[in-house]
Amino acid sequence: MVEYTPTEMMTVSAARALKNDDVCFVGIGMPSAACNLARLTHAPDITLIYESGTIGTKPDVLPLSIGDGELCETAVNTVAVPEMFRYWLQGGKISVGFLGAAQLDKYGNINTTVIGDYDNPKVRLPGGGGAPEIATSCGEVFLVMKQSKRGFVEKIDFVTSLGHGKGGDDRASYGVDTKGPSRLITDLCIMEPHPVGKQFVVTSIHPGVTREEIIENTGWDVEFADEVAETAIPSEKELQVLRELHARTAKAHGDQQ
Amino acid sequence: MVARFMSLKEAVASCVKDGDTISMEGFTHLIPHAAGHEIIRQGIKDLTLIRMTPDMIYDQLIGAGCAKKLIFSWGGNPGVGSLHRLRDAYEKSWPTKLEIEEHSHAAMANAYDAGAAGLPCAVFKGYRGAELPRVNPNIKFIECPFTGESLAAVPAIRPDVTVVHAQKANKKGDILFEGIVGVQKEAVLAAKKSIITVEEIVDDFGDISPNAVMLPNWAVTAIVEVPGGAHPSYAQGYYKRDNAFYKAWDPIARDREAFQAWLEEHVINGGPEDFAAKREANKG
Repeated sequence: MVEYTPTEMMTVSAARALKNDDVCFVGIGMPSAACNLARLTHAPDITLIYESGTIGTKPDVLPLSIGDGELCETAVNTVAVPEMFRYWLQGGKISVGFLGAAQLDKYGNINTTVIGDYDNPKVRLPGGGGAPEIATSCGEVFLVMKQSKRGFVEKIDFVTSLGHGKGGDDRASYGVDTKGPSRLITDLCIMEPHPVGKQFVVTSIHPGVTREEIIENTGWDVEFADEVAETAIPSEKELQVLRELHARTAKAHGDQQ
Repeated sequence: MVARFMSLKEAVASCVKDGDTISMEGFTHLIPHAAGHEIIRQGIKDLTLIRMTPDMIYDQLIGAGCAKKLIFSWGGNPGVGSLHRLRDAYEKSWPTKLEIEEHSHAAMANAYDAGAAGLPCAVFKGYRGAELPRVNPNIKFIECPFTGESLAAVPAIRPDVTVVHAQKANKKGDILFEGIVGVQKEAVLAAKKSIITVEEIVDDFGDISPNAVMLPNWAVTAIVEVPGGAHPSYAQGYYKRDNAFYKAWDPIARDREAFQAWLEEHVINGGPEDFAAKREANKG
């Protein structure tokens, strides 16, 4: 019996969403772990791009920041940041954007700016960074985030980055012709947007997780697909590669003093 | 006018004054920390600070009371958490009130590019469906005169002074950047004056690509040799990012007294010569 944590289940499921021929704009944190796990397992030729300008990077350890030297040293090419955002992202060269969030709604709209009012926030978060344009310029967007009532809310406090807007065709009304969030991977399940309404629908549940747990950890009314799959458990290979990646990362970031 | 080599003290005293709009760039890499410390030591006030990722360098300047306004696009300590001095200034006006103007990375990258290109504003496909335009009056939308498409526009960034760190200057004062080059070249070309701190001054750059990222000596104002001057950021080819110090910064910055004690010991009573030892400690 393979043992794994819910976070490992999430990272492995997120990694599996990526294909070998994807060109992926990588957000820091959870997306970075998932993208590099994909590269080190089933998608060795995937092109990973970080907003620091590194194209086709193959880091041996996960970067603490999106501009760690490891990213540049292992990249096919490193370009200036204006070129990254203008030619590569805005120019439509990137197939997938992989993002996390602090708050998310059922249409995949993302808040990473403030909790509470913008001018008098309860919590001031870092802000959008590259996400507002990653969310609209990449061919599609995968989201990865631990599920909780606080994070998965009916109405987000601030729309940092557009998902499916108010649902249906709303995204297109902003002049956006990319697909938007097409998959949300959590520590409990996988959700995909309804083909018409665009609200997230649970399509796969991780082994051992109940529907009640998903409902309890979601701030909107959860919809389940007619046929809900059970997510395949992490393989021994996936877990081994992920754990070795985290171990190398911890060693690299702790040993530098 | 051709760039002059000078001390860090002289460079900051001659280029930066109270009330200036200043950009200190470096995308994780090559962040000009030693120059930031010198600005704090000289007690310069009321600065408008521009930087895509304010990072530890602006946390220090803001905590030291140098800033009245911050223009930025991602305000955190990457992989660690909040910038506590930035939050304390913005939320509790300590040590002084801080106004913010918030953008996305794409907006700021385009605004630097527009500044370097001599344009009044940058035009790009951005902020579509996003809420920042509601709270930032410096984000507007214009119609493409050819296609009718709605495009975002932000003012060009035109700093009074840009400060950056680079690997090398040669004896003539030309500057060479390598690795993650960020928006440094654009930020220097967009500014009225510039200070470039470098790891070393060499006779010539040797065998480099004709397409290397360079600034010729007539495009910069002041050059200062400060070995290790980007620490705890890094200089590719010289030393690694001191990730452990980025983590150690969190408890220092979290507490006003701890921050002030740190500032007193390492900045007020420190100097650019302290950075060389940091470079040695982070080789590897």
